[in-house]
Amino acid sequence: MELIYSRTKTIQEDKVSGFCPGCMHSTVIKLIGEVLEEMDLVEKAACVLGIGCCGLHMDYIAYDNTTAPHGRACAVATGMKRTNPDSLVFTYQGDGDFASIGLAESMSAANRGENITVIFINNGIYGMTGGQMAPTTLIGMKASTAPKGRIAEEHGYPMHMCEILNQLTAPAYLVRTSCNTPANVIKTKNAIKKAFQNQLDGKGFSMVEIVTSCPTNWGLDPLDSLKFIEEKMLPEFPLGVIRDK
Amino acid sequence: MARVLMKGCEAIAEAAVRAGCRFFAGYPITPQNEIPEYFSRRLPEVGGTFVQGESEVASVNMVYGAASAGTRSMTSSSSPGIALKSEGISYCAAARIPMVYANISRGGPGVGAIQPAQQDYFQATKASGNGGFEMMVLAPATVQEAVDLTYAAFDYADRDRNPVLILADGVIGTMMEPVELPEMKSDEEVAAIKESKKSWACIGHKLDYANRAWIQPGHWLTDEMQKANEDAEEMYKSWEKDIMVEEYMVEDAEAVIAAYGISGRIGKSVVDILRKEGKKVGLIRPITVHPFPYKSFDKIDYSKCKGILDVEMSIPAQFVKDVEVAVKGRCPIDTCLCSGGNIMSREAVIEAVNKIIEK
Ligand SMILES: Cc1ncc(C[n+]2csc(CCOP(=O)(O)OP(=O)(O)O)c2C)c(N)n1
Ligand code: SF4
Ligand SMILES: [Mg+2]
Repeated sequence: MELIYSRTKTIQEDKVSGFCPGCMHSTVIKLIGEVLEEMDLVEKAACVLGIGCCGLHMDYIAYDNTTAPHGRACAVATGMKRTNPDSLVFTYQGDGDFASIGLAESMSAANRGENITVIFINNGIYGMTGGQMAPTTLIGMKASTAPKGRIAEEHGYPMHMCEILNQLTAPAYLVRTSCNTPANVIKTKNAIKKAFQNQLDGKGFSMVEIVTSCPTNWGLDPLDSLKFIEEKMLPEFPLGVIRDK
Repeated sequence: MARVLMKGCEAIAEAAVRAGCRFFAGYPITPQNEIPEYFSRRLPEVGGTFVQGESEVASVNMVYGAASAGTRSMTSSSSPGIALKSEGISYCAAARIPMVYANISRGGPGVGAIQPAQQDYFQATKASGNGGFEMMVLAPATVQEAVDLTYAAFDYADRDRNPVLILADGVIGTMMEPVELPEMKSDEEVAAIKESKKSWACIGHKLDYANRAWIQPGHWLTDEMQKANEDAEEMYKSWEKDIMVEEYMVEDAEAVIAAYGISGRIGKSVVDILRKEGKKVGLIRPITVHPFPYKSFDKIDYSKCKGILDVEMSIPAQFVKDVEVAVKGRCPIDTCLCSGGNIMSREAVIEAVNKIIEK
């Protein structure tokens, strides 16, 4: 029989993922692993993890990784890539990490056109710490620190990182995808591939923003989370290529 | 080797380059701007990389990244900027990443004053970041010493896989003195150092879980975290052998000046002046302020010594706390202090020593 699917070897068999059921972090980690294998890049991979649920897989990925202080992944990646241009350096960051505490590091690395790849997981919430408001939390969406929901007058509006970075001259590739349907999963995988290829080609800063779910802190089951993405998240965060140089 | 006239900051940067430092990231702050400026000119000449970070926070994390990938790396700042680096330093210590940083310290707290001070002693030696880690802290009193200690710092950092701090002050950083520069490490030597870190450096490894590089600035499992701290403590204890101290005319002294860095240098000149007057004065100047040379204070003859004079450019006094531990109540300790960017006056030290002797 022809083998048409097998689990990526970049995920260690005997280790357990720390992700909740239905969490799309695990989908994205799988996609990254598949891309690394398909592009034959595992031996070059140097992954910089953010702090948050975005770091829960450090124990079960089989490639090189380090953990940056909360928000500083793009700075850590800058130091790594500048001193080892042959490594494939990518960050894996949540929205609190990338777009709140790490805003300066994120914007500045993008502005310098660092030849790194950012995988940015936008789940609209602080997952790990228990559902506090993120810069990406939707208007009206409840969070443990916004019990009445996000109120524009008090909290401002959700931040659109692709569009914000699109104001800068240097970035090469800015794309927003999701993992809410099989078709979107495939698009996400292709976007990651392209972002890695850009780095190999020396094109500079690429970011794949992935709109994902956090069933646990959204208070929804995994299926309703898919619906929430479709009906609420995607109208606020439209998918597509924002920049492709 | 020929002597050259150099400013402290530039000499520190040149010594780092000669030690094989090939990555520097930093952010402007007086009085250490000449360090990043010098690196920005010098590193490209030797195939290294300089990055002006968007902040001290970013800069220390760039160094964390570069050092995690095996390159000898450095950052520098002055007091308020050093405070911002503390989280990154703590990460380096936790993950056992070798790196070197320099604090060309100035007045504090807050934005303080841009003039020289020694207000960061506790921060440097006791709690440079969260989590109770320790570092070797080297405190030069001359530009030459700054050069030699910076050069050595990279070896200590690599030996222990731990950060090392150069604790200088604005006087050392901005003063020009003739220095003899150490040997420039060859490209082959620099490459060999990087090569020796390949097994743990986060640069990509063959697909094999057991063989991957995993830089861990913390641990999920409490037993693993405890084990990491126990291992680190073993390292801290091993530093006893690395203690460096200048003990000057201590044995017969009726008054002993205890001071580090630029205050130690001023203190030594006071010893020379007063010895010429026939007064028995000595000096203990820790060069490693951590590990602290507590045992040097056992060399004082307490049957003759009337008192110790703690001299430091900090109000309140901080270094004196370590001196108290070392002296163990065997004689009184006076202080001679200044702060706010004022430089220690030799006359004030002489007067304070005389007061002890005339007791
Ligand atoms: C300096 C610092 N501040 C705060 C925290 C606590 N903290 C850990 S994870 C996290 C939020 C993570 O949210 P996000 O980046 O959106 O990632 P997610 O968990 O949603 O994937 C926070 C605030 C920390 N570890 N360090
Ligand atoms: S808390 Fe949310 S983001 Fe974190 S693992 Fe669970 S579902 Fe995923
Ligand atoms: Mg999040």
